Amino acid sequence: MAIEIFMPALSPTMESGNLVKWFVKEGDSVESGTILAEIETDKATMEYESIDDGIMGKIIVAEGAENVAVGTLIAVLLEEGEDASALENISTSKAEAPVVVKAETAPVIAETAPAGPVASTGGRVFSSPLARRIAAQKGYDIADINGSGPHGRVIKRDVESHKPSVKTAQIALSLDGDAPYTEIKLSNMRKTIARRLTESKQTVPHFYLGIDIELDNLMAARKKLNSMSDEYKISVNDFIIRACALALKKVPAANVQFGGDVMRHYDRSDVSVAVAIEGGLVTPVIRGAEQKGLRQISEETKALAKKARDGKLMPEDYTGGTFSISNLGMMGIKQFQAVINPPQASILAVGGGEQRVVVKDGVMTPAMIMSVNLACDHRAIDGAVGAEFLGAIKTFLEHPSTMLL
Amino acid sequence: MIKEKFDIVVLGGGPGGYVAAIRAAQLGFKVAVIERENLGGICLNWGCIPTKALLRSAEVFHNMKHAADYGLIAENLGFDLDKVVQRSRGIAAQLSGGIAHLMKKNKITVIEGEGKLVKSGHLAVSKDGKKIADVMADDIILATGARARELPHLKADGNLIWTYRHALVPNVMPKKLLVIGSGAIGIEFASFYNELGADVTVVEMMDRVLPVEDEEISAFAQKSFKAQGLKIITSASVTKLDKKKNTVICTVEDNKGKARTIEVDRVIVAIGITGNVENIGLEENGVKIDRGHIIADEWGHTGVRGIHAIGDLTGPPWLAHKASHEGVIVIEKIALDRGNKEIKDLHPIDKGNIPGCTYCRPQVASVGMTEKAARDKGHKVRVGRFPFMGNGKAIALGEAEGLVKTVFDAKTGELLGAHMVGAEVTEMIQGYTIARTLETTEAELMHTVFPHPTLSEMMHESVLDAYGKVIHF
Repeated sequence: MAIEIFMPALSPTMESGNLVKWFVKEGDSVESGTILAEIETDKATMEYESIDDGIMGKIIVAEGAENVAVGTLIAVLLEEGEDASALENISTSKAEAPVVVKAETAPVIAETAPAGPVASTGGRVFSSPLARRIAAQKGYDIADINGSGPHGRVIKRDVESHKPSVKTAQIALSLDGDAPYTEIKLSNMRKTIARRLTESKQTVPHFYLGIDIELDNLMAARKKLNSMSDEYKISVNDFIIRACALALKKVPAANVQFGGDVMRHYDRSDVSVAVAIEGGLVTPVIRGAEQKGLRQISEETKALAKKARDGKLMPEDYTGGTFSISNLGMMGIKQFQAVINPPQASILAVGGGEQRVVVKDGVMTPAMIMSVNLACDHRAIDGAVGAEFLGAIKTFLEHPSTMLL
Repeated sequence: MIKEKFDIVVLGGGPGGYVAAIRAAQLGFKVAVIERENLGGICLNWGCIPTKALLRSAEVFHNMKHAADYGLIAENLGFDLDKVVQRSRGIAAQLSGGIAHLMKKNKITVIEGEGKLVKSGHLAVSKDGKKIADVMADDIILATGARARELPHLKADGNLIWTYRHALVPNVMPKKLLVIGSGAIGIEFASFYNELGADVTVVEMMDRVLPVEDEEISAFAQKSFKAQGLKIITSASVTKLDKKKNTVICTVEDNKGKARTIEVDRVIVAIGITGNVENIGLEENGVKIDRGHIIADEWGHTGVRGIHAIGDLTGPPWLAHKASHEGVIVIEKIALDRGNKEIKDLHPIDKGNIPGCTYCRPQVASVGMTEKAARDKGHKVRVGRFPFMGNGKAIALGEAEGLVKTVFDAKTGELLGAHMVGAEVTEMIQGYTIARTLETTEAELMHTVFPHPTLSEMMHESVLDAYGKVIHF
């Protein structure tokens, strides 16, 4: 029997993907683990490995195809000993050879039999009869309602808690400009950034807290640490990650997410670090950063940043952080404000350290100062809590030895 | 001395605890159960199961007495109470052995003894006053169950005054029996002893028997009990039990303060249930208790890190199936929180979808809201009723007494509640429970084909009746 290969769901939110590249040609032999193709999801570009052994019999979805729904048949592998005739049993719309109608000895597989969950576009919405009736009575479209029942079934509770929103204006904006232009189609990552950050700014009440942090002690400690070994190189950012993780532990009221009718308090500091990559940015997560030393944080950050730039991040690398850091200091930015990455409740925008004149005991002295700005979701974090949290970050960074405690 | 670290330790091997342990083992956790007496808990040893065995004897006896109605001859009828009880005990023992086998099959360590929380993550186990084990676990599930509630003036002595526990292994067949409380436990024992010929009086504080049931069902059952010779005194309480040598003089006071006395051989106290919260180290570890039960959230978490509680210990409804279901939920929630990706669509138990069954004659079963509760909550309702009299199978069985009642929300067609009294209704209620869980409306129930001839056809007819389409009545 030929083995069918379907468009995989490479992340929990993936509904469709772009088939960027095939690494095998028809006729190539394939082993379990062979990289078959590169697939671009809404978050990243990932390699798709074969789990079977065989020979690539037919590539059905060509390189460069966009928005291929999860579950679409994309290729067929031949098992050892099979020849191309086995492909005749696979019906595809692009079959070049005339298809011989055979007796019902072999099952005929429909062209796009979905393997995974049915994508929401046009697929059947599973819902309870009661939910459908209440939705109809309230004038809701059942397809607009997120289901919380088994396998995403829409049930009464979902309909009753549904708040029909004015559909987030599909950003089909009319563009206007007289200059000559070229238009580039949005990548999935760009679409995701647009959607999530629009949602953040529209639904999350942001407020901002700014503070200056003196870095002289930290710079001295860093210099000392880095001079002692060639095996590592701790960056200022590594200190900031550790300071934030410890501050979240010290001010647990800031390590939260607003959940509508619950507030979720996290027991661990999972710090997302924004990394700029070609065409956008991603936020890999340093998990349990409060438990990790500077060296480990440094190594993990470097490894994740490399994976990010190579487009190799896996969903588990970039989902589920409890707090974010965005650092534009190295780009010469003095200070800025960041957009919260929902459902997280805060993000720290870090500017560059620079020599400034400060007044200490009435005397002007030079000091290395870094301005940071904390954006908070006011539904989850109030001003005083945000201030306490930011104060804790400042204390850790200004007295780096306290991070040893 | 055993000293061992587990992923999850369950305190109590009843239907909550052992089910939790099995589910945990299925998910790959290293699990232990601490049980002080018998695996299977009250349910299997001193509750659900042995009472069903006794009531089955009573039912067969009842049918023998009515043999002539079926054209059969049964003469010189009698019973041997010891053998009736022996059968009941044998069944309990057999099933408890079955649980031991399930523990073994799932590689669950069973520690026999009394467990006590030392601190979060640590239980000490002792047997006969001697410490035998120190058990560590990241998560501890408290499932110690409950026991009969007693009051200072209503205290069981095991001789003249019984709880369910004594009533299951009677030291004598009472001639005159007083049952205090007409909930499921009180009514089942009243039904059993009445069937065997005791002169039984039931005293209920509320204005009707089985007070949690729908009023109409309660009234139907009460009428039937009275026709069987049960004496029922409602809106009254027993204020004094005066023990004589072989009898008890009971003072029963109605709600106007008028008292009377009844002399009986035995008294059964069935005035409710209280959680086994004592001596397991709860309060010193910050676990909160309210009126004899642990306070836990909808996932069974007590608010103290790593300490969970399920089943009777956490309050009503005191039902084995509720405990078992909570046992599964508490474990799956722990697995989910530890990152198990296989756990999906986990929800707390919906108390509106827990059926309740009482195995008196006639049986009573229900799920969801009573008609009154639905109206009190502001629902406009449609009510359907179908009597056993209209069902061919019921008449063929000689069980033409009963009623199936359904309550729908008039606007949405939601089945708000279903209430049944009559033969075998305890086996039928799950049909309506599935309907509620799947959120069917009256339409799907009407479209469902019910097999003929069965008692279940009445479930269909009752729905039809609610919408003016009943066929056979």
